[in-house]
Amino acid sequence: MAQALDEIKIGGLGSSRKRVEDDRFLRGKGNYIDDFKLPGMVHMEILRSPLAHARITSIDTSKAWQIPGVHMVLTGDMAAQHNLAWMPTLSYDTQAVLATDKVRFQGQEIACVVADDPYIAKDGCEAIVVEYEPLPPIVNPYQAVAEGAPIIRDDKEGQTDNICYRWEVGDREGTERAFAQADLVSKLELHYPRSHPSPIECCGSIADYNSATAKLTVYMTTQAPHIIRAAVAIVAELPEHMIRIISPDIGGGFGNKVPVYPGYVCSILCSILLTRPVKWIEDKTGNLISTHYARDIYYKGELALRKDGKILAVRFHCDSDNGAFFSDAQPTKFKLGLIHSAFAAYDIPFGYMTAQGTYTNKAPGGVAYRCSFRVTEAMFFQERAIQAAAYDLGMDQAAFRRLNLVKSHQFPFRTPYGFLLDSGQYEKCLDVALNAIDYDDFLREKEEARAQGRRLGIGISTMTEPLGAGNSREYDILGIKMFDAAELRVHPSGKAILKIGSKTQGQGHETTFAQIVTHELGIPAADILVQHGDTDNTPFGMGTYASRSTPVAGAATAMVARKVRAKARKLAAHLLEVSEEDVEWELGRFHVRGAPNNGVSIQECAMAAYGNMPDGMEPGLENNAYYDPPNMTWPFAAYIVTVEVDPETGVWDVLRMVAVDDCGVRINPMIVEGQIMGGMTEAYAMANMQFITYDAEGNCVGSNYMDYLLPTAWETPGFELHEVVTPSPHHPIGAKGVGECAAVGGPAAFVNAVMDAIDDTGVRNIDMPLIPDRVWEALKYRRDISGAPPVKSDAD
Amino acid sequence: MYPSRFHYEAPRTLDEALDLLQAYGDEAKVLAGGQSLIPLIKLRFAAPAAIIDINNISGLDYHEEDSDGSLYVGALCRHRTLERSPLLRSKHPTMSATAPLISDPMVRSRGTLVGSLCHADPQGDWASVMLALGGEIIARSTGGERVIPVSQFVVGPFQNALQPGEIAVRARVPAPRGTRSGTYLKLERRVGDFATVGLAVALETSGGTINRAGLALTGVGPSNIQCTAAEQALAGKTLNASTIDQAARLAAEAAQPKTDVRGSAEFKRHVVYTFVTRALSNPQARAA
Repeated sequence: MAQALDEIKIGGLGSSRKRVEDDRFLRGKGNYIDDFKLPGMVHMEILRSPLAHARITSIDTSKAWQIPGVHMVLTGDMAAQHNLAWMPTLSYDTQAVLATDKVRFQGQEIACVVADDPYIAKDGCEAIVVEYEPLPPIVNPYQAVAEGAPIIRDDKEGQTDNICYRWEVGDREGTERAFAQADLVSKLELHYPRSHPSPIECCGSIADYNSATAKLTVYMTTQAPHIIRAAVAIVAELPEHMIRIISPDIGGGFGNKVPVYPGYVCSILCSILLTRPVKWIEDKTGNLISTHYARDIYYKGELALRKDGKILAVRFHCDSDNGAFFSDAQPTKFKLGLIHSAFAAYDIPFGYMTAQGTYTNKAPGGVAYRCSFRVTEAMFFQERAIQAAAYDLGMDQAAFRRLNLVKSHQFPFRTPYGFLLDSGQYEKCLDVALNAIDYDDFLREKEEARAQGRRLGIGISTMTEPLGAGNSREYDILGIKMFDAAELRVHPSGKAILKIGSKTQGQGHETTFAQIVTHELGIPAADILVQHGDTDNTPFGMGTYASRSTPVAGAATAMVARKVRAKARKLAAHLLEVSEEDVEWELGRFHVRGAPNNGVSIQECAMAAYGNMPDGMEPGLENNAYYDPPNMTWPFAAYIVTVEVDPETGVWDVLRMVAVDDCGVRINPMIVEGQIMGGMTEAYAMANMQFITYDAEGNCVGSNYMDYLLPTAWETPGFELHEVVTPSPHHPIGAKGVGECAAVGGPAAFVNAVMDAIDDTGVRNIDMPLIPDRVWEALKYRRDISGAPPVKSDAD
Repeated sequence: MYPSRFHYEAPRTLDEALDLLQAYGDEAKVLAGGQSLIPLIKLRFAAPAAIIDINNISGLDYHEEDSDGSLYVGALCRHRTLERSPLLRSKHPTMSATAPLISDPMVRSRGTLVGSLCHADPQGDWASVMLALGGEIIARSTGGERVIPVSQFVVGPFQNALQPGEIAVRARVPAPRGTRSGTYLKLERRVGDFATVGLAVALETSGGTINRAGLALTGVGPSNIQCTAAEQALAGKTLNASTIDQAARLAAEAAQPKTDVRGSAEFKRHVVYTFVTRALSNPQARAA
């Protein structure tokens, strides 16, 4: 009998095979945008506004034009002649490409200079003289709606205030009735500070317009090349088939590289005007102050509670600070993304939420930083509110969660905000986490330490989140439904090329997507090349963000492999000289039913597809599949952190951090663990140090890595990882998204731990980041520390 | 990084460097480790007409004691060398505690102690350490050498006492009277951050009695602050709860913190008090 293939050995599902990408990355053989050099290429630099809000009275570019080596000085007025001074955003607003009338945030693009090299281009930017008439800046949502506030978006006809959207979801009346029944109402106000995805590689593009063929090729740092092609076609009014977007190796995205940025558009326009390749490489400050930020939402919420701990209803309001342009990259229907996925993990009968977005004189965005459309904020608010409610009830925070979590028998479970949870074992995850952290022992240790004047604390975060947008009924971007495609070609020798519409930025698609094919076809993963990131040579896809690649493109990959297998079955029947019904599949091989030794391998079927197909069969072994997911996948996580707070300095040290993730079937466990550790590091960063803030003049504080803090290996704590597996019932291989879970659920665990360490002080909240100064102040004065970290001065 | 255009000079000898410095006048900047100069020219906050790179000059990368027990640190001695120095570990506890807290490993591999003192950033750690130790800078010009106490060398934020044409060639730490102990405590938001509060403590004791106490603060004033009153209060005393508390209060009073993104003035003053208490209670204590 033929030896059955060992799926782990050939790199299939569950194999922790090493990332095939790493060989080239670690040897310096990757090709990032700045590695490309095209013949005749020139370099572009951007002049940015030093002011947050000002009317532009004049722009004098004459001195810049005089610098030897300068080829082009592009201003908003020149762009306007090509109808490109403004561009549409992914949220049906408009955004300035180059400012013509006003600057609306510090760092806004005003002009760009194209020159022989970047040094000259930078000199050119410095030689441009801009005169401004300063206007009062608005730096938070409350200033934005205050009486007499200047209208930031006076460019928009009919815009008479600074509100960019109002939105509500849920059952207002049912929720009100439930609140009337409550024994206790637990209220909390929170702010999730503005942060930045901050990939190490900044944004950049090389636009190469060929005037002879009229083809525009753009090398671009984009997580979503296909949707960008559609956007460029719309913005630049070019025919879509004459646009080719190439997204090469990307040095991190985290959502930052989803949108269309003015720099991309300027490089395209300059290339068209100069008819030569134009390279734009953003610098770190430009990236931090102008590209899409994340978070910056104020939450006011309340939970209706019964004495026994049952949550009867939830309602909350969010004020989002959207910056100067409403340019969130999110599905059309959802004005604050999927913020209404908050509290999804808990069985709460009624829910109602409202949200209002405001324009401010800050960088635009609201991009999902390692987050599925604002679920990071949703789950942070949820888990802070849950802990506060447990305290208000005088209940143990773990017991309160256990009482209210959705139970395993309740799936599929409809949340009060309309989501349908697919599956999970929430209590089991919580138990694994409590057991791992020795919960009861720690509570004793905490009491003993408290008696000696030491402050220990434990924080829990349990959450599920919707990953894998979307289904075409509800999810679209710019009217294009959110699906993904895959194309698989098996060559005569049985080696294969898989082409996908998603685009890795570190997730390891070239490794894991091959593993899905291996699982379906038995072709060793090493024999499968995964291609992506070139719109001329890959099928359509909505891109890689919001943890959607495995749920959607991964499903498309499984489905296309199954189509190929169906054809291989016909070939096998032909080779084995039996009817198709008498052919049985095992991994990598078909055999005759009842005669396992009489079989052909998938490789033999591949050869037959090119050399020995049955009469009437179309040659070749390839196919494509478009996958429209029936639902999101709902992974679950239980995170527990223990800390010690130094009351004299406000410094808090993480003692232990336990993570239990249930992301369904794990394709490559090593990569999953890497994702969780990376997300947890970002969670720690947000809780501990990472934020962008603005002073009263609208100056961005956080414009470089001295001020915008990324944690290093030195201060990042160690993580203890555990797993529970509940396969997604609707995903072809049972997988769920996982890329963001730890970044989404993690921050609350850290903050809850610090709050637990000071639970005897009456302090209800310290808003992130919990920098030592804020913790010390809360402890000393026994008061809440709320809101965005202010840029304080002695004048305050 | 795309700095403004500049002349780059790479002299092979100190004399050559001094001649170049003379020729360019105050249009030139000396480049040792580049810890601060490189970021400044990268952001175009500084645009010197010439950069005189002294890294090719031999004989400046050393740290050694002379027969009297004075420590000399050459202009090209990197933080990393000091971090790993057995000499510092055995005889210079304050410096040994400081070196690993300077910025991050990459910067420590390039940056120099003497360069840090010349840059005179009020948030620089080494100036506090040198103030606490009573250190000096030796400056050389074509006319010869002169010795400048660090307390007079740092004349203000980003201002040093070098004359045009002078290069700081080494720092000197005088030999202790008695046994040396001490530490450097630094509250930072993250590795590589400037100090929210830094404290250098250097004690010279004979049998429990303090012959000389050095206390200096980082990040809580327009320049590094020498806590003279606290030092005087400790001189001739032994360490006990009362002398420690008095010194901590005097040091907190000497601080001139400003409220900024790293914290309120009140918070920083309290951390000074806490740090002095902790450092004097356990002079081997390491960073928070």
